[in-house]
Amino acid sequence: MDGFLISQADKRPMYLQIMEQIKQRIAVGDWAEGQQIPSIRQLSVDLQVSVITVKRAYLELEREGVIVTRHGKGSQVAEGVDLGIQLREAELDQHLEQAAKLGAMLGMTSRDLEKRLRSVVEKSVEKELP
Amino acid sequence: MNDFAVQFQGVSKRYKYFTLDNIDLQLPVGQVMGLIGQNGAGKSTTIRILMGLVHQDEGQVQVLGRHMPEEQIAAKWDIGFTSEDLRLYDAMTLEWHMGFIRSIYSTWDAEYAKLLLKRFGLVAEQKMKGLSHGQRVKAALLLVLARRPRLLVLDEPTTGLDPVARHEILRELTGAMADEECSILFSSHNTQDVEQISDQIAFLDRGRLIDSSDKETYLDRWRRLRLEVPAGIGLPALRGVIAVKQEGRIAIATANAFEADLPNAYERTGARVQRVENMTLEEIFVANVEHSREDVNV
Repeated sequence: MDGFLISQADKRPMYLQIMEQIKQRIAVGDWAEGQQIPSIRQLSVDLQVSVITVKRAYLELEREGVIVTRHGKGSQVAEGVDLGIQLREAELDQHLEQAAKLGAMLGMTSRDLEKRLRSVVEKSVEKELP
Repeated sequence: MNDFAVQFQGVSKRYKYFTLDNIDLQLPVGQVMGLIGQNGAGKSTTIRILMGLVHQDEGQVQVLGRHMPEEQIAAKWDIGFTSEDLRLYDAMTLEWHMGFIRSIYSTWDAEYAKLLLKRFGLVAEQKMKGLSHGQRVKAALLLVLARRPRLLVLDEPTTGLDPVARHEILRELTGAMADEECSILFSSHNTQDVEQISDQIAFLDRGRLIDSSDKETYLDRWRRLRLEVPAGIGLPALRGVIAVKQEGRIAIATANAFEADLPNAYERTGARVQRVENMTLEEIFVANVEHSREDVNV
C-alpha cells in the first residue's frame, strides 16, 4: 500500500483521509468493481494506523455504497459505482463551501454570493468564446 | 476465554502525596490502548499495578484472565513489558540477552528476532554499554517482541526518541497487531503516537481517570466552533459546550459532546458560525485537563 499516505498536515480526521484515498483508487481504476480490497486489519498494519480508524472508514464507505462487506469474506468494491462524478462533485462542494465561508466573513448575503457566482460563470464562458 | 486483555475495576492505590483513585479500564483483546496524561498523572503507577509490581489497596485487576497481583507469575509468561528503567546488563551483548530470553521463553521467534535486528539497525555483537538511548529502547523492544507475547505493556516506548526511531517503533507495534489475539497497552505523553495507533484512549489526570472511550467516538465528540457574535448578543450556555472564549465579536466555543444541531443552536441566538473544526488529540488533551480541573476547583 505504498500509495496511501496519512498526512499530519491534513487537518481532517484520519478516517476521512483513508476514505478519500480509497475512493481515488476506485475512481482512477486501480481498484475495479467487484475487486477484493485489503482487510481492515491488513490496511491498518500497512498504514500504521489503528484498526478502529480503518474500520470506521470502511463502515462509512459501505454506507455510501462504495464498498460491500460480507461477513467472513472481507470487502469488495461495489458494482456500478461511478466515483469519477462523485469525487468531482464532492470537490465542487468543498470549493463552494469555502466561497460561502469567505462570503460570510465579508458580510455578504446569499443573494450577493449568487450574483457573484453568476458573473464569474458568465466571464468564464466569454473567455472560452473565440 | 476472556474478551478483555486488561480489566481494572475500582482500583485505588494511596501514597503519601499521590492517590490513584478508583480506576476502571477495559482493553478488549486485539486492540491497542493509549494511556495519556502528564508526568505524575498516574500512568506508571497504573502500569505497575497491571504488572503486579505494585499491589493495589482496593479493586480488581485481571490481565489475560488472571488476577493480579496473585497470579502474576502465570500471567507474565504471556506479557511483554518494557519501561524506562530497562533491565539490561551493560557488560553483555545484545546477542547474550537474546539467548537468555530464548532460554526462558519457548515462544521465542528466532526468525522474527533476526528481522527486527535488521529493521532496527542493531548489531547483535555490540555490548549494551555502548548503545545510545534510542538503540537501548529498540533492543529492549526487540527482546519482548520476539517472544510474541499476547499482551505488550509499554511504559513510554517513544519518549526521548528521534523521529525516525519513533516511526520504526510505531511500525513494529502496528505490525504486531496483524495477529488478532495480540493486545497492546502503552503510555505516552506524545499524543500524536496515541492518536495514530490506539483503538482505545484512557486519560489520566492527577490520579483520576477523566475519560476513556474508543478513539473514533472520542475524537468525534470534540469540536471547536468559531463564532461571530454581533454587538448586543450574549452567548447562552449550550449543552455539550465546556468552554467559550470571547474577545470583541469573535468567540471560540469548545464542545466535548458535539451534536449536529449545535451550530444551528448558536445561529438561533443570532451568532454566526464561521467554522466548525475537528480537534487533534493534543488540543483535546489540554482542553480536557483544563476543564476537569475547573470542576475540581469549583
